[in-house]
Amino acid sequence: MAAYLLKRVGLSIVTLFLLSIVVFYAGQVLPGDPGRFILGPLAAHSAVLTLDRQLGVERPLVDQYWTWISGFVHGNMGTSYEYQAPVEPYITSAAVQSLKLASVAFVIVVPLSILGGVVAALKAGGPIDRIISIGGLSGSTLPEFVSGIILLEIFAVAFHVLPATATSPMGSSVVTQLDHLILPAIPLVLVLFGYVSRMARAGTIEALASDYARTAALKGLRRSVVIRRHVLRNALLPTITVIATQMGYLIGGLVVVETLFNYQGIGSLVLGAVNSKDFPMLEAGVLLIGVVYMLATLLADISYSLLNPRIRLGGGE
Amino acid sequence: MIPGRLSDTVGVIPPTEMRVLEAAGPKSPRTVSQQLLRSPTFLIGAAIVVFWIVCAVFGNSFAPHNPLAQQLLATNATLSGAHLFGTDQLGRDVLSRVIVGAHNILVIAPMATLLGTALGTALGLVMGYFGGTVDAVVGRLVETVLALPVIIVAVLFVRALGPSIPTLVVVIGFVFAPLIARTVRAAVLVERDLDYVAAAHLRGDKAPHIMFVEILPNVLPPILVEFTVRIGYAIFTVATLSFLGLGPPPPTPDWGADIAANYSVISAGYWWETLFPALAIASLVVAVNLIADGVESVLAQ
Amino acid sequence: MTAPAAPIEHAQPVTSPGDALVVDHVDVTYRVRGHDRLAVRDVSFRVGRGESFGLVGESGSGKSTLALGIERYLPRNGRVSAGSISVNGCDVLAMGPEALRELRAKTVSMVYQEPGTALNPSIRVGRQVAEVFEVAGLHSSEAFERAEAMLAKVQISDPGRVMRRYPHQLSGGMAQRVVVAMALASDPSLLILDEPTTALDATVEAEVLDLVAGLRSELDSSVLFISHNLAVIAKMCERVGVLYAGELVEEGPARHVFDHPRHPYTVGLLRCIPRGGLRKDHGRLDTIPGFLPSPGAQRVGCIFASRCALADDRCRSEAPPMTDLGDGRRVSCFHHDEAAGLPRSTPVDLALPQRSGPPESVVRLGSVSKTFTTRGERVQALVDVDLELHRGETLGLVGESGSGKTTLARALLGLIVPDPGSSIELNGEPVAADVRGRNREELKTLQIVFQNPDSALNRRHSVRRLIGRAVTKLAGLSGEARRLRVIELVESVRMEERHLVLRPSQLSGGLKQRVAIARAFGGEPRVVVCDEPTSALDVSVQAAILNLLVDLQVAEQVTYLFISHDLRVVGYLSDRIAVMYLGRLMEVGSAEIVFTGPHHPYTEALVSSVPTIDGVPPTRIRLSGEIPSTASPPPGCVFHTRCPRVLDGGICERAEPPLVEVEPGHLMRCHIGVEELRRLQAPAADNH
Repeated sequence: MAAYLLKRVGLSIVTLFLLSIVVFYAGQVLPGDPGRFILGPLAAHSAVLTLDRQLGVERPLVDQYWTWISGFVHGNMGTSYEYQAPVEPYITSAAVQSLKLASVAFVIVVPLSILGGVVAALKAGGPIDRIISIGGLSGSTLPEFVSGIILLEIFAVAFHVLPATATSPMGSSVVTQLDHLILPAIPLVLVLFGYVSRMARAGTIEALASDYARTAALKGLRRSVVIRRHVLRNALLPTITVIATQMGYLIGGLVVVETLFNYQGIGSLVLGAVNSKDFPMLEAGVLLIGVVYMLATLLADISYSLLNPRIRLGGGE
Repeated sequence: MIPGRLSDTVGVIPPTEMRVLEAAGPKSPRTVSQQLLRSPTFLIGAAIVVFWIVCAVFGNSFAPHNPLAQQLLATNATLSGAHLFGTDQLGRDVLSRVIVGAHNILVIAPMATLLGTALGTALGLVMGYFGGTVDAVVGRLVETVLALPVIIVAVLFVRALGPSIPTLVVVIGFVFAPLIARTVRAAVLVERDLDYVAAAHLRGDKAPHIMFVEILPNVLPPILVEFTVRIGYAIFTVATLSFLGLGPPPPTPDWGADIAANYSVISAGYWWETLFPALAIASLVVAVNLIADGVESVLAQ
Repeated sequence: MTAPAAPIEHAQPVTSPGDALVVDHVDVTYRVRGHDRLAVRDVSFRVGRGESFGLVGESGSGKSTLALGIERYLPRNGRVSAGSISVNGCDVLAMGPEALRELRAKTVSMVYQEPGTALNPSIRVGRQVAEVFEVAGLHSSEAFERAEAMLAKVQISDPGRVMRRYPHQLSGGMAQRVVVAMALASDPSLLILDEPTTALDATVEAEVLDLVAGLRSELDSSVLFISHNLAVIAKMCERVGVLYAGELVEEGPARHVFDHPRHPYTVGLLRCIPRGGLRKDHGRLDTIPGFLPSPGAQRVGCIFASRCALADDRCRSEAPPMTDLGDGRRVSCFHHDEAAGLPRSTPVDLALPQRSGPPESVVRLGSVSKTFTTRGERVQALVDVDLELHRGETLGLVGESGSGKTTLARALLGLIVPDPGSSIELNGEPVAADVRGRNREELKTLQIVFQNPDSALNRRHSVRRLIGRAVTKLAGLSGEARRLRVIELVESVRMEERHLVLRPSQLSGGLKQRVAIARAFGGEPRVVVCDEPTSALDVSVQAAILNLLVDLQVAEQVTYLFISHDLRVVGYLSDRIAVMYLGRLMEVGSAEIVFTGPHHPYTEALVSSVPTIDGVPPTRIRLSGEIPSTASPPPGCVFHTRCPRVLDGGICERAEPPLVEVEPGHLMRCHIGVEELRRLQAPAADNH
């Protein structure tokens, strides 16, 4: 198993490396002249050239890439064009904010979708199953801003039950912060629910139809015992991997939800950077997102291989 | 096989006799369409989609008002006889904008999905069939693209290239291709190990023939299901992009853009300007999923 | 009185109160796509206390359905629609969930085909076996002790270690032993075995069957043994019932039924199987004409009438009742007294060409080796194989898992590239190791018929396209010439032009395999590899395919490399036989010598492990231990760890014997000389 994990970590690093190159290229090369961006269209040409030289635009790309990436690893993420200040504090605080929101969504969706998928599988073919399946699928393809708008209108505007923004006032208690985060978390939950519950359902159905489930039932075990002891652990194993890959959708959803609910998280930060062409900020944000996603998948792979005896212990006698 | 429910007296695995009874081969297109037309989920979904298609194509002719016409004296007007869905901040009739707004989404999403499916299928075939180094290398590239959320990649490229219908189609299509390639690759891997592929090698058939004439027809069912599901996600992406300001430029009626333009006034109590476009999107999404569900259950039998 | 008592019509099976199982006029119906289909029709039989009853049938016969019905575990759309089933006198069909669980935990146990998947992959083996005891009410620690004891009872050495393993770490034979242990742990009155050894190797199968027989007598369980393999049933069961298309057509003591069958179907079935050393030189196998009716089809009259040579109008309009023939025999046929004289459907004689002159070499394999590297482990699938195929002959290739026979076939065809240093020659000329480097001449010469026609035929293509493509690429024909050739091929495999438009899913197993054969012969090959071509087919269909292969060989002078795990079929068809073990050739010789001896100790054990219908058990050579894994073969002679004739002095452990010609045309890899073997194996040879 150690060999397998080592290989997985190695592959992740390779992908991360490729990712950083792509992000760097998109950020540095595509848009053109950074000096011009900073100083604006009316600045003197000579001033632009001076700034460019200062920024090191003349140097070979590989050099620029290396400076950037080594700086990044040491915590120096460059200087924002827009704020003329180090990118790092913006990114860190935004990351923390997003982490709070994502955690709330995560804590709600994981148990809910697993439960939904298992129940749908146990009642497969029946009305409950169809509702959960179609509902889940619809929820996951419903854009977050759509569900967000509808939720806002109902809970925040019509009934004033929950606050309309995600940002709680400075120094609020944990409870207040949570209160503000519930409404924005729901669209995220909806998007993730569909796919995860579908995987849980498929895994459970396959486990129910397996030979070992039959053996267990024919041993005389009670149905609930068969499900609890034999079916579930095999059914939910693949679902773990799926949860990790959903990180991508979760983060993408953050962009929309944070915009809609006025929340200074990494999503709205990146979007702002795109719109204001603040490339250092953009590169740092996107790379961070990529790192988080890779970590999540790696974690999922590790837990899967720990839990699956076939991989944990290798082959037979 | 209808998945069975586990109970004390009900088994789930069918014995050999049942498998012989239930054995059915690939269905003819005619049986498939017949069965689809009998499925209520499919029909409801299809009806809604057809309605929106009609709006997209003919909307301008039957919308009650000109969707671009601003009436600065009647801005933010609530629901009334003249304006069934009220007016927005510029006094434009919301109902007409909703009707005509179907156009963008219904043009971009299917085309993008088609492009993505074609590309993804080709990619998946190549990766699955050749395996080895090709698979590993292309696989790494695919993983790289997938490491970033779809929305962020789409945002980056549309911002860089400028929002327009062709750009959106191409960007979304390219972003979907790796996801579809993954599914196709998995299906191809299964087929590749079957003996008819070995038999083709023993006849001297070359790789292109084997990929497209032998293997492709057998992986069409999952591709079809993937296609119908992806259209839902394409709608999702187009709407989100236009909400984020990267859709076709104003004043073109567009559901996502209209919501973005008008959501700041929700707290002022002007709920209709955003709710109706939101419901329109929701109805389309649900309809497409009903269709996808219908297709999947018919093909799975 | 010498005349037998007159047969009693409409007889019921005689039941006594101690019967373990009573099945009485049972119908099982499935609801498929809105229609009810009868899968089991009016079946009645009983299994007495401590008795072992075999249920024989081909696919669609309803045997598995019956088994599941007894346990009340039919799928959601199935139900027992008529009749009653009682176990130990209790009505199973009337039981509620609580009583049913009680039944499964204590009274009835089941073992079925795939041992690997029957065990939960995420739970340790010991825990799963202990669970049976826990259900019976034992405390967890005591359950574990009993579980370990049970594993020892099924002859698993070091049961403590096995208890801590996970199922994927066990071999097939070991896993099946564990499943048997689980089944017998509850000390059931009735043990149901549904094809328990079909997925196992021959020697392992023999071990497991012996184990079951031994334990059964010790525990006094009744056994319901379900299988399509008549020989296994003959070995294991005292009484047998023959199922055809959901109906019981004959029942009685196994010996009597197999020696003197009274139903035309049973007669036909027995004739399909090569018995008693029958070889193709002696004549064709008989076949049963027609097709198995699809389950649940409507029927009027006798279910077998459409395929029966004795059928008359009465048979076609009136269903024969179950007639009691006395001595515990029952049969459902109007013409049961004429059954033994059932006319053959296939003529016996076969004009086999006399082979004159020295054998002409068509294929020569030289030092063929193949090493696979998976996850850092080197697995030698083939080690230095030298083999020659002669024109017009059938070379049988036998071996168990890990023997490398499939790898060898694929290497010959170029589907697997052998290690450097291997050479493959066709008609004296070397060919490219990779199939993609071979020209058309080479490709059309060397073809294959695969085991599984569902995998081998592209399910989206029509028959015409499947055969046509082969003709285009291999024979180089097009247009009218191609069209005619396709028709010619289709007719040569005894199919009709009307089949050309069909797709594989619309054909039965036998027809699909014929299409595969037609395709292989598309380019007039000289060598055809037959990789278990009949293993996936029913017995009655198998005979027809084997006859077809023999006929084609005679007509086209084709050479076959015939791979099979079924030794009787190999013995019937082959002129010479090669025996492989762990990637090495152990013996090559004529079929007679290989079967009757003097032969290699492994061959000896292999041949003795095959159950026969003929009732005279050959001396069983028991092999100890499991087949070693190919990743770590034993040193010296790879067979020495299990060889019952290992020599003293240790030479078998130290040195691997070379493959030498011990007699003209007979090669063997053994330290024991052939004369010594002749002496040692003499008494055993008489029993074949």
